[in-house]
Amino acid sequence: MSKIKFGIVVFPGSNCDHDGEVVCNALPDAEARLIWHRESDLQQSDVILLPGGFSYGDYLRTGAIAKFSPAMTEVVRFAGQGGLVLGICNGFQILQESGLLEGAMMRNINRKFICKFVSLKVANNNTLFTSGYGKDEVIRIPIAHGDGNFTADAETLRQLQENNQVVFRYCDHTGDESSEANPNGSLYNIAGIINRRGNVLGLMPHPERACDALLGSTDGQKLFESLVRNVVAERL
Amino acid sequence: MTKSKPESQAIEPEVNLDLAKSHGLLEEEYEKVLEILGRTPTYTELGIFSVMWSEHCSYKNSIALLKQLPRSGKRLLADAGEENAGLVDIGDGLAVAFKIESHNHPSAVEPYQGAATGVGGIQRDIFTMGARPIASLNSLRFGPLTLPRVRYLLQGVVRGIGDYGNAFGVPTVAGEVYFDPCYTGNPLVNAMSVGLVEHGKVARAVAKGEGNRVMIVGSSTGRDGIHGATFASEEISEKSEAKRPSVQVGDPFTEKLLLEATLEAIATGFVVGIQDMGAAGLTCSCSEMSAKGIEQSGGGEVNGVATGSGMEIDLDLVPVRENGMTAYEIMLSESQERMLIVAQKGREGALLEIFKKWELEAVVIGAVTTDGFVRVRHHGKIVAEVPAVPLVLGGGAPVYIREAVEKKPDVKFPVLAPDDEIDFEKEILDLLGAPNIASKRWVYEQYDSMVRTNSLTLAGATDAALIGIKGTAKALAMKTDCNARYVYLNPRKGGMIAVAECARNIACTGAKPLGVTNCLNFGNPYKPEIYFQFREAVLGMGEACRKFDTPITGGNVSFYNESKSGDEVTAVYPTPVIGMIGLLDDAALAVRSTFKHEGDAILLIGLQLETPDSEGLTGSEYLVRRYGELGLDAPAFDLDAEKRLQDLLQLLAAKKYLRSAHDCSDGGLVTALAECSVMDETLQLGFTAELRTVLNSKFGVQELLFSEAQGRVVVSVSPPDADAVMREALAMNLPCIYIGTTGGNGCTLSVNGKEVLNAKVGLLSHRYFNALDESINEVNSPGTL
Repeated sequence: MSKIKFGIVVFPGSNCDHDGEVVCNALPDAEARLIWHRESDLQQSDVILLPGGFSYGDYLRTGAIAKFSPAMTEVVRFAGQGGLVLGICNGFQILQESGLLEGAMMRNINRKFICKFVSLKVANNNTLFTSGYGKDEVIRIPIAHGDGNFTADAETLRQLQENNQVVFRYCDHTGDESSEANPNGSLYNIAGIINRRGNVLGLMPHPERACDALLGSTDGQKLFESLVRNVVAERL
Repeated sequence: MTKSKPESQAIEPEVNLDLAKSHGLLEEEYEKVLEILGRTPTYTELGIFSVMWSEHCSYKNSIALLKQLPRSGKRLLADAGEENAGLVDIGDGLAVAFKIESHNHPSAVEPYQGAATGVGGIQRDIFTMGARPIASLNSLRFGPLTLPRVRYLLQGVVRGIGDYGNAFGVPTVAGEVYFDPCYTGNPLVNAMSVGLVEHGKVARAVAKGEGNRVMIVGSSTGRDGIHGATFASEEISEKSEAKRPSVQVGDPFTEKLLLEATLEAIATGFVVGIQDMGAAGLTCSCSEMSAKGIEQSGGGEVNGVATGSGMEIDLDLVPVRENGMTAYEIMLSESQERMLIVAQKGREGALLEIFKKWELEAVVIGAVTTDGFVRVRHHGKIVAEVPAVPLVLGGGAPVYIREAVEKKPDVKFPVLAPDDEIDFEKEILDLLGAPNIASKRWVYEQYDSMVRTNSLTLAGATDAALIGIKGTAKALAMKTDCNARYVYLNPRKGGMIAVAECARNIACTGAKPLGVTNCLNFGNPYKPEIYFQFREAVLGMGEACRKFDTPITGGNVSFYNESKSGDEVTAVYPTPVIGMIGLLDDAALAVRSTFKHEGDAILLIGLQLETPDSEGLTGSEYLVRRYGELGLDAPAFDLDAEKRLQDLLQLLAAKKYLRSAHDCSDGGLVTALAECSVMDETLQLGFTAELRTVLNSKFGVQELLFSEAQGRVVVSVSPPDADAVMREALAMNLPCIYIGTTGGNGCTLSVNGKEVLNAKVGLLSHRYFNALDESINEVNSPGTL
């Protein structure tokens, strides 16, 4: 069987594109290719990855300009057909701006950029992205963002909860979703959500930075492995 | 070529000695300009000479001394000053390009943009060589945090460094922040970048090959930053606020595009030469690249002008941000995110395409000549025609050796309180919360320290940062360091210690120190006592670099770090910041700073505390905080022992004996022990230790705990390995004693059987991690420093 293809969309200002590429290429059954934002051909990707960074310098508003690129038009179409899309950090913000995911990001509550390891609870492991994790498993993954303060109106929040769309929540190392463990002020400690259909996931933390023991954690690895395993299963 | 003489433009002021002086040129220097040109310079030419001969570009008051530093070694692929940054071979066909630079004066008046453009500028120095930046470091100095202005500066500088580096996508992995009243009016902001390049793919800053095309790429040219280099070459005063327009404005997004486009362009092989535009902008890159071409041509001479290369450019072709910019302004603009490229004739189209893809401007503005001149046209007229070589450092730029006179600082050593009157636990906690010692988490969490997924160490929890090199087993260790208080007290010894401490930090990880870049921050070199400090510190650094076989690969000198308030002029402490790179062949053998396993043996390796020539507490943070005095000298230091210690650390790491290694520096032995316990928030482990003062020693408990005597390291090892480690130390003629055991959630320390510390790790940790936040956020917090 041919390898699972991760298509990584590169916007001007993306800076985690190569980090994602390294992780995908290291998986036994996967390979990564970079897709320049001006291209309209997603190159038969099985999974689209929107990487972190500062697309278009985050000028105007995070992710606001990226959504107008030719590649994003295709990504929206791809998602509409049920294609798998993973947005990390700035990629999550672009998914929100493109209307593929709910909510919006405000400035972190302390009004500063924050880079550090945080603990996350896998609130929903019944997805194509998280099936390799245990239910409520606590994992350690870094964050690095200035605008990660998730917000949404009450109705949207109610639906996110009701439909089990909240996939990752900030917690402490014991799994307690306390306000102290919430690094950026996100409502309900939300760190990552999935769309209702279950094929588009966005999260602020960086799983691609937690796939190597030398970097301090391998807890992000299962996310990429889950995707590969589930795409392979679908093919069979 | 044209015969017409350069012309001044109608609106320009008349050039004479007064105007030259107001441009910062000395009378003798203006005379030299007249002699070189054989006529009165045009206004544009005066601007060109004044920036090229400014301290910032010419190093006129420092270069004679800098040449005494060790500047070559078998691993160096470029001698110091030869390229934009130092270049060190690390095997596997790879080289490291690295450099540190100051952006002090811009940061003093506009902290956010000043610091941001400092980061941007140093990154360009690295990727203009064809190297991809892999890590950033910095070294910062501010006044006391009790002052609102200082908090404003700190917040602006940190946000500026973060916003620029984070968007640019290079991790900020290590640094240092110190607070002292001497930096109140003149903070120091030094930024360092480290890049990787394959041998044979290094791009050079040279213009050669007649007819080759000169291209300007990146941002358009505006009026920002004009005379930034001159501004950097004078003291800060009340008038400096008016220089705010001299501060450039940074755009990390454009820089990121420029990085990718530049590396892609260099990879085509069509780039003959390339130089970034930093200080003195177009002027500096045109003249330095031409002069380098002349030097490489082996050169002829026509009418006293060195020939073999040169440049002719037309300013009408330069993309500008504003209408009506004069030639003077375009030549002197320090607009950021620009590069000057010499492209092979006929290949410029391929390069233009690459920049177009990255949505950057790229325009051919001229061609390479051979007559030795930098010739500048504007509106169809020649506005400047200057021989290149006399403009540049190493060519005709002035070189001065200034008068040096020692002036002992007005300091004293206090009468110490008897040990039995000291509440040691209180003093230890106080020290852990001192802004100079406490965790800089408030700072480093604002920096992306992990992007590019090579960061093998957690920010803040290490002696030196470790950056893995993908595709190899290797890692680079890197660090910036300088205790300026020591340099102030004893410039020669302090200069040596700055190098030694950096090398020791690198050796603590198991890595071998390879090379040094430096940023020499001093006061006004025309003052003999300042020049004395400068000379002595440089000589001290040189001696230590020779000992450790770590040549100086390049760097930057920043003079005039003085501020005026009323009639009072304050110079900063002499602050020669060292940036060092080390190599670890196997990243899996890296040693971290913090205690790792319950029940490990804690050993203290290094010099005995007592030396005949100095008081134990001299120069220490404890002395300053507890007694308000600096003491008379830098702490005890032995260069030979230091070298043996670093060799030993590398040996012990290679033999896998070390579970942790952390050096004793600011705050002394007890601070080092506490840091081993708390620095890594995910791994906090207590200890029980027992120390003894030496019988009949003049040193008591205060000296034992708080002395900053150099050359000492706290290590933890598996108990069965302790004997072997002691034997290895003995074989190197280094004392090594067992002082305790790791484990539990308490930190317990006794001296001569009497307990001086018995506290929960959590308490020390809380103090260590929160003190800086409290100092910054409490508006009215007298006495925090």
